[in-house]
Amino acid sequence: MSTATANDPKPAQPPVETLRIKIDGREVEVPKLMPDASGRLQPTTMLQACAVAGIEVPHYCYHPKLPVAGNCRMCLIEFGTPMIGPDRKPVLNEDGTPKIARSVLPYEPTTPRGAIACATPISPGMELYPGSAATRQMRESVLESLLINHPLDCPICDQAGECKLQEYSVEHGQATSRFVETKVHKPKQVDLGPRIMLDDERCVLCTRCIRFTRDIVGDDALGIVNRGSYNTIAAYPGAKFDNNYTLNTVDLCPVGALTSKDFRFQMRVWFMKETRSLCTGCATGCNILIGSREEKVLRYEPRQNDAVNACWMCDTGRLNYKWIGREDRLIEVRSFRSGARSWSGTLHEVAESLKTAAPGSVAIIASARQSNEELYLLKKLATHLGAVTDSIAREGEGDKLLVNEDRNPNSNGARLTGIAFTEMGIQVPKIADGIRAGRIRTLIVFGEDVTRHGIDAELLGKLQTLIVSDILPNETTRRAHYLLPGCAHAEKRGTFVNAKGRLQRFLKAVEPRGDARPEAEFLQELLADLGIAGGTASPTSFEGLFNQMAREIPAFAGLEWSRIGDLGVNVPI
Amino acid sequence: MTFTVPPELEAELNELVTHYPQKRSASLMFLHAIQEHFGHISPEAVDYIARKLDLKPINVWELVTFYPMFRQHPAGRFQFKVCRTLSCALGGSHKLYHHLCEKFGLDPHQHGLQTTADGRFSVEFVECLASCGTAPVMMCNEEFHQGVSNEKADSIIAQCPSK
Repeated sequence: MSTATANDPKPAQPPVETLRIKIDGREVEVPKLMPDASGRLQPTTMLQACAVAGIEVPHYCYHPKLPVAGNCRMCLIEFGTPMIGPDRKPVLNEDGTPKIARSVLPYEPTTPRGAIACATPISPGMELYPGSAATRQMRESVLESLLINHPLDCPICDQAGECKLQEYSVEHGQATSRFVETKVHKPKQVDLGPRIMLDDERCVLCTRCIRFTRDIVGDDALGIVNRGSYNTIAAYPGAKFDNNYTLNTVDLCPVGALTSKDFRFQMRVWFMKETRSLCTGCATGCNILIGSREEKVLRYEPRQNDAVNACWMCDTGRLNYKWIGREDRLIEVRSFRSGARSWSGTLHEVAESLKTAAPGSVAIIASARQSNEELYLLKKLATHLGAVTDSIAREGEGDKLLVNEDRNPNSNGARLTGIAFTEMGIQVPKIADGIRAGRIRTLIVFGEDVTRHGIDAELLGKLQTLIVSDILPNETTRRAHYLLPGCAHAEKRGTFVNAKGRLQRFLKAVEPRGDARPEAEFLQELLADLGIAGGTASPTSFEGLFNQMAREIPAFAGLEWSRIGDLGVNVPI
Repeated sequence: MTFTVPPELEAELNELVTHYPQKRSASLMFLHAIQEHFGHISPEAVDYIARKLDLKPINVWELVTFYPMFRQHPAGRFQFKVCRTLSCALGGSHKLYHHLCEKFGLDPHQHGLQTTADGRFSVEFVECLASCGTAPVMMCNEEFHQGVSNEKADSIIAQCPSK
């Protein structure tokens, strides 16, 4: 939950008022008020107090980012409060400690009465018993009740391995079912929307999906229809659950009811490797986990970062991974001049060609989809060659939640490294003019199809040398004299700076195919061949490259790769 | 069939909204008024209510599917509601229900409201009609009948006008 990072400014806060309570006999001091789902301070709940004490209370419907519903009852715990005598004074034990009255049923004083920890505030002197026998019995009963109509077909359920029902059954479940009647059958394979499939029989009616789409997205599309044991989650008949955030309900669903049409039955989740990365769909920079197996990316999932995307990401971003495994990826390094097919040969030819280029005759168009490290190296190259540089702006429609109008993941990185100006793309028409007039004879393009951005195929034909690095083929790569296949972000490490100036890192999930190599790697070799300081014939560690960049770029001053952490740091933009 | 709300009903609905601090609170009263006027609650009616109360249709649909008293299809012209709560159950309401079903050619084992093919009669079980001392009791439309034997039921049916 904590998102505090090294350089987050700490506003001066008044001292936090605390309460002393006991949790399973241990004295704990917890804040009197804690933020609720909307961030407003509210009386601390039992569940929050237990979390402060490092004790997890099992739950289904509670989610720290959603309004409390209190309907699953899984978080029931036994508790007690200090007894008050008729004189309104605390009743004391013989040893002088306050006497605690355990909460019991009013008509059955020997039976403990639990409270739902997610919605019950704590009070001074309260005692919570999350580890008591009574609490355990309450959990077992709730779980047994939830499993009454739940199909027990875990081996063929797509949620298996990341199912809360399974996890809590291990801790609180029973080996056999006492239920002998016929289970209620509900609709299966309900086509809830273009990306979501619903299995109503697996649903435990926690209403997380309903609350998410109503309160976070503002699209009140889901509800519970029918009643009693026939309760089912549904969209209005004929209506589709179709907003740009529907797939978050799949993450939220604690069981196998809501599944992603894209991912369902693609892979058993325990076989997958999870890699911390970033979404490249826009400048928001949502934190993600890449799920992959055998060098194949299978899904993106949001990773919690309260400074960026909370627990969510948009559907567009989440499904934007298929291009990484496309069959037509560029996987061969080529010099179309000499026919060289090796990195060393091709890079050497590129270096030789750049050595002979007249000052001012080279232009570089890099992409704001590239990492800071790559852009930093390209800027070094540009400075050495006296080349004009720019990047391509990519605009779209934004929304109030996460989608940014800027569709480049690293526009601010391109600006901070000096590749682009505040108004991105302002130099591109000048570069086009320069080629037309014959002043610019060499063009270096990274990750962009310039034929779609004002430098058409005919203009490219006028160049003496066209050096292109890209991931997928396009009209620009087809006209390259030197083609250097690069890597998708999932295939390398790097950092982006998002729209709000948060520098975040992404890690490598899968190996690139064929000759494709991380751009930072071969750029370092090229710089070494050209004798530029900072280049090195065999790339030093990636961490070293980042730290070197941090020393040279003022906005990154004081940063080190090892200190960015999983949640990133803010840099001045 | 197009769904049009006559001005009198619309005025009644507008007045209902004023009873509550929030528009949404009028949903149930809207459903009652609409069902009373149209005989059932059609999808068009759900859309209409949602629009009128600034809700999404699913919010209204939840209520319609929750309460058995709201009908999604028209009922017969004469609607028999047989009480099945304890006193009436002991007093023979199941026998009465079976009798009615057999008389109308309906399946006594089916759950919920059933209507004859000609649309004249509907039969359904309901919960307590608040006359436990005179069980079994039933209602035919808005008329209340107590101590209903099979013979009494037959004569009530016979009195239903054919037109």
